This record gives sequence, structure tokens and C-alpha cells, in this order.
Amino acid sequence: PMVLRIAELTSFGAGASASTHQPSPAIQNHMLDSKFTQQELPACKPILTPKWVISVFLLVGVIFVPIGVASLLASNKVVEIVDRYDDACVPSNVTNKLAYIQNSTISKTCRRTLKVPKDMKQPIFVYYQLNNFYQNHRRYVKSRNDQQLRDASKANETTLCDPEKTRDGMAIVPCGLIAWSTFNDTYTFQHNTNNLSIDKTDISWKSDRDHKFGSDVFPKNFQKGPLIGGKTLNESIPLSEQEDLIVWMRTAALPTFRKLYGRIYVDLKENDTITVTLDNNYNTYSFDGKKSLVLSTSTWLGGKNDFLGLAYLTVGGLCFFLAFAFTLLYLIKPRKLGDNNYLSWNRNSAGH
Amino acid sequence: MSTVDPLLLSSSGSADSPSKHTAPARPSVGSLNCLCRADSCSSSVYEDCDTASVNFADEGDAIPRHCPEESDVSRVAERFQSADSHFFHRLSVECSQKERQRKISWGGVMEMQRSPSSLEVGVVSSSKEKPNRPPRGRNKSSHFEDLFSSEQEHDPRLIHINDPVRTNDRYEFTGNEIRTSKYTLITFLPKNLFIQFHRLAYVYFLVIAALNQLPPLAVFGRTASLFPLLFVLFVTAIKDGYEDWRRHRSDRNENNREALVLQHGDFRSKKWKHICAGEVVKIHSNETMPCDMVLLGTSDPNGIAYIQTMNLDGESNLKTRYARQETVTMISHSSYLGLIKCEQPNRNIYEFTATMELNNQRIPLGQSNIVLRGCQLKNTEWIIGVVVYAGQETKAMLNSTISRSKSSNLESYMNRETLWLSAFLLITCSVVATGMGVWLFKNTKNLDALPYYRRKYFTFGRENRKDFEFYGLALEIFFSFLSSVIIFQIMIPISLYITMELVRVGQSYFMIGDTRMYDSSSGSRFQCRSLNINEDLGQIRYIFSDKTGTLTQNKMEFQQASIYGRNYGSSLQVTSDSSHEITIAESSSQHDRKPKSEINVDALLLALLKQPLFGEERLAAHDFFLTLAACNTVIPVSTGGSPDLTNEVSEVGAIDYQGESPDEQALVIAASAYGYKLVERTTGHIVIDVQGERIRLDVLGLHEFDSVRKRMSVVVRFPDDTVKVLVKGADTSMLSILRTRNHDGLFDSLHAKTIETTENHLSSYSSEGLRTLVIGSKYLSNEEFSEWQERYEEASTSMTERSAKLRQAAALVECDLTLLGATGIEDKLQDGVPEAIESLRQAGIKVWVLTGDKQETAISIGLSCRLLTQGMHSIIINGSSEIECRSLLADAKAKFGIKSADLGKQDVEDLHNGDVSKLRSSNGQASESGIQNFQLTGVIANDKSVNIEESPNFDDAELALIIDGNSLVYILEKDLESELFDLATSCKVVICCRVAPLQKAGIVDLIKSRTSDMTLAIGDGANDVSMIQMADVGVGICGQEGRQAVMASDFAMGQFCFLKRLLLVHGHWNYQRMAYMILYNFYRNAVFVLMLFWYILHTAYSATLALTDWSSVFYSLIYTSVPTVVVGILDKDLSHNTLLYYPRLYEAGLRNEGYNMTLFWITMLDTLWQSLVLFYVPFFTYNISTMDIWSMGSLWTIAVVILVNIHLAMDIQRWVLITHLAIWGSIAATFLCMVLIDSIPIFPNYG
Repeated sequence: PMVLRIAELTSFGAGASASTHQPSPAIQNHMLDSKFTQQELPACKPILTPKWVISVFLLVGVIFVPIGVASLLASNKVVEIVDRYDDACVPSNVTNKLAYIQNSTISKTCRRTLKVPKDMKQPIFVYYQLNNFYQNHRRYVKSRNDQQLRDASKANETTLCDPEKTRDGMAIVPCGLIAWSTFNDTYTFQHNTNNLSIDKTDISWKSDRDHKFGSDVFPKNFQKGPLIGGKTLNESIPLSEQEDLIVWMRTAALPTFRKLYGRIYVDLKENDTITVTLDNNYNTYSFDGKKSLVLSTSTWLGGKNDFLGLAYLTVGGLCFFLAFAFTLLYLIKPRKLGDNNYLSWNRNSAGH
Repeated sequence: MSTVDPLLLSSSGSADSPSKHTAPARPSVGSLNCLCRADSCSSSVYEDCDTASVNFADEGDAIPRHCPEESDVSRVAERFQSADSHFFHRLSVECSQKERQRKISWGGVMEMQRSPSSLEVGVVSSSKEKPNRPPRGRNKSSHFEDLFSSEQEHDPRLIHINDPVRTNDRYEFTGNEIRTSKYTLITFLPKNLFIQFHRLAYVYFLVIAALNQLPPLAVFGRTASLFPLLFVLFVTAIKDGYEDWRRHRSDRNENNREALVLQHGDFRSKKWKHICAGEVVKIHSNETMPCDMVLLGTSDPNGIAYIQTMNLDGESNLKTRYARQETVTMISHSSYLGLIKCEQPNRNIYEFTATMELNNQRIPLGQSNIVLRGCQLKNTEWIIGVVVYAGQETKAMLNSTISRSKSSNLESYMNRETLWLSAFLLITCSVVATGMGVWLFKNTKNLDALPYYRRKYFTFGRENRKDFEFYGLALEIFFSFLSSVIIFQIMIPISLYITMELVRVGQSYFMIGDTRMYDSSSGSRFQCRSLNINEDLGQIRYIFSDKTGTLTQNKMEFQQASIYGRNYGSSLQVTSDSSHEITIAESSSQHDRKPKSEINVDALLLALLKQPLFGEERLAAHDFFLTLAACNTVIPVSTGGSPDLTNEVSEVGAIDYQGESPDEQALVIAASAYGYKLVERTTGHIVIDVQGERIRLDVLGLHEFDSVRKRMSVVVRFPDDTVKVLVKGADTSMLSILRTRNHDGLFDSLHAKTIETTENHLSSYSSEGLRTLVIGSKYLSNEEFSEWQERYEEASTSMTERSAKLRQAAALVECDLTLLGATGIEDKLQDGVPEAIESLRQAGIKVWVLTGDKQETAISIGLSCRLLTQGMHSIIINGSSEIECRSLLADAKAKFGIKSADLGKQDVEDLHNGDVSKLRSSNGQASESGIQNFQLTGVIANDKSVNIEESPNFDDAELALIIDGNSLVYILEKDLESELFDLATSCKVVICCRVAPLQKAGIVDLIKSRTSDMTLAIGDGANDVSMIQMADVGVGICGQEGRQAVMASDFAMGQFCFLKRLLLVHGHWNYQRMAYMILYNFYRNAVFVLMLFWYILHTAYSATLALTDWSSVFYSLIYTSVPTVVVGILDKDLSHNTLLYYPRLYEAGLRNEGYNMTLFWITMLDTLWQSLVLFYVPFFTYNISTMDIWSMGSLWTIAVVILVNIHLAMDIQRWVLITHLAIWGSIAATFLCMVLIDSIPIFPNYG
């Protein structure tokens, strides 16, 4: 521990020259006599009397229960279509899914039919959802170079990007595992035989586009190695406009995550069918990852999530219960405030 | 320069050297200083002794020297030989010297640089002085041999008076430059870092930071991980640097002061730093001593000097120092010769042993002949002395060390819990490592291809198919373990140590600033000398208190006297009629402000003294007061002008008595009030003004007071040529050496009767709480005198065991004394002592009084300070043998049904000692005092007694144990300790009387070693130092007896009654605050770590942090630190009024209610569920969503900061403005930091 030598300073700081220095009483009194030094500053000492405790619990309950109810209602209003297709899109005669997905010569186009369970108001958000994909793995999270992404002049800056750092001695832009493994399944939607256009703009954070990915940084040497990780990028489009990449590179916090694919600005009716044509390119088979396509509406709360509402309701309910229990206790067996019998030395009379 | 070679002095010894010259190639550390000078300029001389020159070379480089213009080979060789001749002897001396020097002064570089300057001066002065000096080279050389052969083990230090060159010819003594600073500009950085890394915490930081630099473990960014360490190092370095700069400044001032030093035959001014051992220095009045000097002469023809040792031991009274008569004559002839042999530098400022050789005469030198650095000369025009210790070797410098650091009870508990936390840390890390292992094992086949793991390079070229950052399963698991250690590092709350320091500084600030602990009478406020044990003040169970000066004021008042069997002074209390009282205070008050000089004079006694000197009683009274005036070490100082006592001192009050013992002062003042004024005191004589008539007594010898004899005697020759020994001492030691027969060898019944009545008086004095002394005297016959004189002379010049020899000499005269009388001195209780003790006892603290006083005095003080109450049963143990003590203890225990720890053994012993132990229950005699009867153990030698008050129900009655030092000797040294412990701990009050300083420590140790209870020792005198150092908490009273106790203490204050406030209020607060702060810190860090831990379980065990590096660094540094400190300093559970009004509230600390194992585990469970909520609520809320890792991290950061601050807020007992600011400010600061971090482009979550 840090040794502060106050004692040394005041008592024998200068060795033999130390004298017993005593400030004059006048100075001392001036210095000492304040409410602060005497530890007598005006203070507020909250005492948890039964009334206080019960009111606080009631208050919390009163606030939390409505919030919980509102959240649950909002969550229930969200219409969500989740279609897991990683198994379904592999032909049933294929035994080795990994070999299948890695074989680039086979066409992997797959058709899915989705039924709309309820009316869906636009905008409808299209997400892809991956399970068991550890975008938060330490080796993965760090495998990027933000300087390179931001600044065209730092194209050769590839530290931390191993093992996707260079190709034939040339720096890869964007380097690193994250970019290398960008999701590359594609979806096209048909609604009642009409093509349903997907708006793929503005799916990434604006600040990412403006500040983290340079508008003059172009992909270079990307996905040119022997092992293709995922999406290839058009070398003529700057990174700031490669929104799929930008979305992907905002790594997910948890191993099951969704990423925004695009938006559909069409209202869907209940029992409508949507046909999805998708290219099942992305390899999740090597780690038993699930792939799902998600269409979802949104509310003020965001997507579908019952947890938050339930959590609020639980806590609020608990508070009501405690308030009730304490009130009962207070009415049935009241305790005098400041009862000495409850002091620690009176409770166990045996002493120490 | 070249013509002057100090070493030529000893060249006469070269005659016998050629034989030794044949073997020069020894590793000659010893003489290198003599030779290096020559070596650096003409190393060619040493062709024949290569090894030697090699050895010197490094030294030689370090010491740049002026070379002699021409150095002829022969002389250098000669020099070498002469030096070599002393080789064997010097080797050992020098080695130890060297080592020691290195320890004292840190910088070897500085040491070396200093030497040449002092040497140059020395050379110059010696060149001019040379003609004055008699040739004594030859003697010197042989003398060396003698000295070392006979007294090798004493290893004396040789000082040649006024011959600094020769004194320092081997540069073994340090110069007078002092350096309390630790660093120089160059050494600051490495040395400061080195010292800082002595702290384990910093090493932990460093190891963690170093681990993080390894590529596979780089959890944090490199800068972020170094930041906390660098920050702490930087702050500490700034602080250390500032302190050192202040020391440099004061050193510089100190070193550049000037003093008159004998140079070229007269005294010239010289800077302190250039003074070196052996030089003769002259100091004028009110100047400060530059170094430790042996007095050679003073302005007083008798060689007396008065010094004030305020800077050294804090005592403001004047002390006398004497120059030896032999040297005084030497000085008057301006010839400075002689050789002083003194002991090696040591820290004991109260002892000095040396001899001076002058004209083949050995003169003993002792403590009274030396003046120490830092002392001031007072009332003496000038002194001349020779420097014996300079610079770092002076006693003042050797004493200027910081008191050792103690660690508090709470901290040791905390360390125990830290071990639990370490275990916890290891478990979490193992979980992560195991998980990592399992995960890797499950995915072994796919590792190469996993898009988020990618084990191999798949590039064309050199690195194709090589593993990237993969070191095999075992190593990966290991690395995973280490990475988790890095992440979870704050589980071990390193920051807590720093926080605790800060909190303690704050607490100390408030303790120091408490006006209710400011002693306005002495102007001393509370001092915290130790910063590590503030919270121990809240857990004290035992207080060991000194009596004199601690419970009492140590302002002695002469109250009663028993002269020749008649009691005087007691009537004063009965008839406090002003006509009977004559106060001399009126006349003396203008000179002496202290009330201790006000004494009441007994009219009867005064009348007796007015009678002509005739009759036994009158003579006894005469001798009685002569002894009071003569037999002491008090110095009469004329307050008006110089102590030049040739002129008449007519006024009564013109003399101020300066003494080291307040008792003696009181006695001398009393004597002067009765007309026996001590007017002059020198080593040779005493002048006493007896009722206006001056008597000059020649002092033939003085046996100072020591704790073995417990008496003091002075042998004086009266004007009528009779020789008398005057003795005063403690009654136990005096009553046994009184005569029982008269001159004819017959039993003197009259004297016996006097003794008996005096004893009665003594016991009644003691019961009134007076300190008693017995006065005796004896005529010495010529034979007795000459025998004693012979022994005395021999003893006082002895270098070895001087004190034992002196004791033997004293025994020759201190026998068969005639009793003159006894004195009773009152020592008043300090203000508020009874109330304080009462409160402390209510608080569950056991107060033990350990005193050197008599049993009766101790008991009466015990009664008056409400330690003993009437309802108590007292057990008195004063045995004079082991068996006796054993049986007394056993009986007492049996009587009061005290269970002993080893009951079986006890029973056997009871049987064994059954017949020996005759319990003498003495209820009948114990009537007067209501407590017990008085017995004088010294007289009734075989007195064994357990005085037990029988009572129908003493099971629940309070017990008091009174035990004397004599019994303690048997008990503490034998295996009776546990018996005493059992007995003593079941007693409410324990009073130990007649205890020696070391016994005090022994008693403290008895409790300390057998219980985990905290002990506090409080005392004011040097005799309490051992006790203060032994106890867990030592408190010093800034009292009359100097600063020894204060210097050794952890806390110091003006009065005993402050102890109540210190313990009940500040102790309680400190304890509660610190206890809560520790728990809270554990909680705070554990919540954070667990939150990280849960997350890592969801990252494939890869030790990812959702938080940014900086957030994790700032968490304990910025986000949550300030409220902790503020609450640790300011929070109060109860107001001081409540705490003082209900002392039992203190028991919370005694029962460890603020911090204990249960609380720790509860806190940990609290941590567990809070962290689960903290982690899993956001987890479930944002599971399966587009939430990205940095947003989630920010959410968690804010959540955890708010959580722990709200947790703290809920636990705060008393809100003041500062608390509000700290808590809400911290949360605000967190938001601010997060925004700042996110808006700086280089961070990953920028934007």
C-alpha cells in the first residue's frame, strides 16, 4: 500500500533540524473551528421508518406495473416472421452439409414460402439471424483495423488483422476476420407474384458511414485468398457505401443475433404469402449455427420482446407484495422506533 | 600539498614493515583509503602489488584527488607498508564500518563525494598545526596494537583531539554533512521506482500489465493496461519528489549553517557540512550544536554547561553537562591533545561511554560529558568541544527514523478475505479455462474454418497453413486462464489499499482537527504518527495505562513530611487556616509561572527549623532538608542573568530549579521554602543557603538513581571536614538498609521506634495517594570513606560494566543508614480522568493500570479515578517466590470460581501446593479503607497474602486484581502466565504496581499473545516506551517527561481524558467507516468482475470484454472511487453526542459488528445476485437483437456504475452536501466519460 509519510513530515521531517513546531493558538483556532473540521456539517439522516419503506415500495410498484403492462402490449403488437432455413435449404439427399456448402460449383438457390400471421404495417424490417455465431469472440472482435477502414492513406495499416492481413504481401482492405466473414446470403422477396423491393440503404449507423468507414477507401485484395470467408465486395464502391459490410462489422454482443438486411415499405395483410428466393452461401454448418430470416414490424419498444415487460411486472408485483406484507406486519406487530431491546448488545445478552 | 602528508605521521611504524611487505597481495579493503590518493596519480608505483592496485582502482576513480606534484617511489612504498602493518586489525573494523555507512546513507555516490572535501580541510589545518603537536607517532602505533589485542570486541572509535586528519585517516567516519533526502536528480527515477515496487500491490499491477503485453493474452489495449500502474506510480513519485525536495531544502539550510572551528590556531567560522570528527568546535550561547561533541571546556571555570535538549527529546528544562577538570585546564592553556576512545555510533541518547587518554592518564567520559547535535547551549557563554560523531553518525540523526508501521486488525481480516477472493478469482478463471478447453475440444476439427476463430493462415506463400496464434490445446487453456486473470484482476481490490490510505489521511485530518482533543494548556493538539491503524481505535478491549503523568498531571507538590517520627503537613488539610500557611509563591511567582512551585509550609515544622541547631530532632530536620537540597540532580538557574554565582543571590525567587525529575524539583523547592535553598551546584561542590547562612558541601561522589537500587546517594564533605552520605530512595529499597544498632553495636530501640512510626506515616501517605520517598544519612568513617573512594574511582573510569561497578561501590556506603524521615509528594489527577475511565469501562474496555508506584499509592489512585469502586472485591497478589505466587493465584481462582484453560493441570498443582498455600484471608484488617489492608512488602519479607473480601455472592461481583512487580517477575518468567491470564481476564480491573518498563511490555504481551483482542497502551514517559511499542495501538501523552513516549507512539495527545473521545467517537467512526468501506470495495469490484464473468460465458470463453478498455480501467479509478473515499471519511452512523452518552455503542467494534466473516459472505451473496440481475436483464432484453457489443458494453458500464453508487447511497447513514456531490457527480462523470470515450475516433466504439 501507498505509505503517506505525514507523520514523518510533521514530526521529524528535517532530521536534526526538526523543531517542535507549534502554530500559535490563534492560527489553530481559525483553522480548526469550522463545521467541516468538527464533522458537524448540516446533514440529513434518512431513517427507514415503516411508513417510508411501505410508501417507497408502493411507489415503485405503481410505476413499474404500468410500464410492464405497456411493454407487454407493445411487444404483443409486433408481428414477427422467423424462418429458419439452414437445414431446409440443403437438399435432403446431402449428407455432408459442410462439403455441400463449401462446394462453390453447386447452385445454392433456395425458395421459401412464408405466411403472414397478422397484418404487418410498413416499414417491415428484414433481418438475418444467426445462432451460435460468436461475433463476440476475442480473436474475432479484435481482428480489424479501424484506421485502415477510415483513412485511405492508412491502407497498409493492418495490425491486428491476422490471419487476413495480406495477400501476396499486399495489404487487404478491409482486413481482418470480421470483414472476411461478412454474411453473404441474399434474399429476394415476392409478394403475390409481385416483386417486393427491399430497401437496403440506411441499414447501418449513420455515424459508422460518416466517420468509421471512409468514403475514399476502396476494397483491395479482398477475398482473393484460397479460403473465401463470405461476401465479396465491389472494388469500385467505397467502404462507406458498403452497408452490408458496415452492418456486419458492428459486431454483435451475443452469440445469437440479428442483423438488419433491409426494409420493405409495403403493408402486408394477414395470410398473405411471401416467397423468398435466397442464396444459401454462408457457412454456418461448420459450427452448427442456425440461420433464419426474420421479418418484423416495430413499435416504440423496438422488436418483439416479452422479457422486459415481464421483468417490470415481476418487480412491480414484488414491490406491491412487500408493501402489503410490511403494512400487515406494521399493523399486527408494530415496533417502537428506537427500541433499545433490539440493540445488538441487548439481543444477545451473553455479551461478547 | 605535496609536502604535507598526514600519513607520514605513522611512517615511523615502517621500521617493522618490510616483513609484511612480502605479502601485499591481499584483498586490501582495509587500507585502500590511505592509498587511493596516491594510486590515482602514480599507479606505476604498485607494479609489485597488482591485486592491491586493482582493488584500489575503483575507489580511486570515485575519489578525485589533488595529486602531489612529485611523489617519489620510496615514500609511497613506505606509506603502503605502514598502512599495511595495520592491515589485520583494520580489516574487520573497516568492513563493518563500510557496511554500516552504506546503510545509513543511501547514496554511495554522495558519500564518496563528501569525503574529499572534509579531507582537504583536514589537510590544510593539520599543516599549520603541526608544530604545536608533540611527536607521538611511535606511541600511537604501538597503542594501536594494544587496543586491538585487548579490546577488540569493543571496537572503539578513536578520536584524536584537534587532529581531524589523523582521526579521519581512514575515512571511516562520516563528515558532518547530513542528508535526510533520499534522492538526487539522477537517482530519483530508478530509486523511487525501486522503492515503490516494494509494495506488493504495484508488483501485482506490473505482472498483470506485463501479462497483457504478451500477444496471446492482450486483453486490454497496451496503453490502457499500463495506465493504472503509471498513474499510481506517477502520483506517488510526485508526492515523494515533493517531500524529498523539502528535505533537500532543509538539509541545505542545515549544512550551510556555520560554526566556529579551531583552524590555524584560532576559531574561525566554518560551514557545518565541512566539520569532521576530531575537530575542535566552539559554540556560543543559544547556538545549536552542529554535531555530537565531548566537552573540553566551557566559559564556567568548573566546566559546567547548560543545554536544552528540546529538539532531541522534547524536554524543555535545562540539563547540565560537564567538561572534565583535566580538559578544562588543557583548554585554558590552549593546548588540545588527547585521544578519545568511544563506542561506535548508536541511537541511545541517554548513554555514552568513552575514555580519554591524556598525558598517559585515562579519564572516564560519560553521558554528562557529551553534548549532542540539535541541543542548544543555554546560560553558558561558550563551550569548546571535540567532535566525536558527525553527520549521519550523530545520535540525533540515528534517532530520526520513522516509527515502524503497524497494520490494523481490520486490515488483517481484510487480507484473510482477500485470500478468499483470490480463491474466488482462481475459480472463475478456472471455469473460463475449462470452458475454453471444452469448447476447443468440441470444435477441434473445425477450428481452421470457424469464421470467428480461424486457426490457420490460408494465404499463398510462406505462412500458408501455419497456425496463427494457436499454441495447442494445453497452452490455449493456460493462456485463457491468464487472460481471465488479467480481466478479473480487480477482484483483488488493489485500489482498496490506495483508497484506505486516502481515507485514513482524511480520518487523521479530522482527528487532528478535533478541537475537543486540543489541549489548550500545553498547546498540543492530537497527533497521528501512524497512519495505518486508525480503525483499530474502534476495537480496543484492553487499555494499559501508565499512572504518573498519564492519569495524573505529573506536577508534583510537596505535601507531607515525616521527620524523626513526627508527621508534618497533614494538619494543613485539617485546619486550612490561612494563618498557618505561608506561601512563598508570592515572591517567586513573577519568576516562575508554574504552579508546582507553590507549596504550603507547615508552621510547626517551620518553627522547629527556627530553633537553634541542637537536639536529635532538630539535627534530623537539618539533615533532612540538607538531603532534600543536596541529594538530587537539580540545577539552580538564576533566572535573572547568567548563572555566575559569585555574587549574592538575595531574593528567594531569583532561582529557578531545572531538573530532570519533577519529584526532585518539588523536593528542592520544598527545601528552599523551609529555608534550605540550593544555590549552586557543580560537579565538585554544592552551595546551600541555610536560613541565610551559606554552607558549601564538597561533593565527593554521586550515585545516580537507577531502577535496580531505586535510590540515590551523594557523598559530601561538610565544612567541618566530616564526610556524610546522604541518601534518598523508595521505601522498599531504603527500609532494608537502615541501621538497627547504634554506635555501640547495640539494638537501637529508639531508632527502631522512629522507623516504625515513619512506616506508619508512609502507609498513610500512600493511602492518600502521595508518592513517598525515604531519607537517610550516615557519617562515613575515614576507613569507610577511603575504601569507597577507591572503588568509586575505579568504577567511574571503567570502560566495561561501569554501572555494575558503580552499584557495587554504592552498596559500600548505602547501608546502616540513620533514618531521617520521609516525604509525601502529591501528584494530582488530570482533569476528567475519572469520567473518562468510567465511560471507557462502560464501553466494555478493560482498563489496566501499570505503574512503578507503590501498591498503596496505586490503589489510592485507582480509587480516586474510579477504577476501583467500593463494591469490588480485590485480589492482592504479592508473592516473593514462585511457589507462593502459584498458590496465591490458584487460591484466588478457586475462591472466585474462575475456570482455567487447563483445569486438569491446575488440580494437580493445587494438591501439590496444598500445604504450602496458607491462605491468609484478612477481612478483619481491611476495615478502614473498605478495600484492603496495607502491608509493606519490603519490611515483612515473608509476607504472602491474598486479601480477599469475603462476600456472600461474589460470583457476580466485580473483581479487581492488584499485583506487584515482584510477583510479576515470578509469574511472567515462569509458566504461571496462563494462571495470571485466567485470573486477570476475569477481573474488571487490574492494577500492577512496582513494575519495571520491560514488565509493562510483558503484561501487554501476556494479553496480546493470548487473545485476539486489541490492546492500547498509553503513557507519557520513557519507561512506557516498551509498552507503547508492544501494544497494538500506542498512545503517547505529550507530558512533562519528554517526548520519548510520543516518539514511540502511534497517536499522541495532550491529556488522558481525550482517550474517551478518541476511542468512543473517533475510534467508533473510523472503525465503522473503514469496515463499511472495505466491504463496499469488495462488493464493488466483485459485482464488476462477476458481470464480466457472466459475459465471458457467452463469448465461447474467449475472455472478451464488452466494455471498452478505458471503461474497465476507469471503473475503479474514476467512476466509483470518489464516493468510496468520501463515505469512508465523512459518513457517521451516530453523532458524537450519542456515542459519548451511550458508551456501550463502542461494543459494536469489540464484537466485530462492522466487519466479519458473515458480513463478507453476505456481501458476496449480495454481489452474486446483483451481478446476475445486472447481467441477465440486459442479456434477455437484447438477446436475439441487433445490439452490438460496444453499445451493450456501454449499457453494462452505466448500469454497474449506477448500481454500485445507488447501493452505496442506500447504505449512507448521513447525507451531507459533499456526499451528494460525490455520488451523483460520479454517475454524471461516468456519462461524461462514456461520451468522451465514444467521441474520440481512436476508440473502437467511436461514433
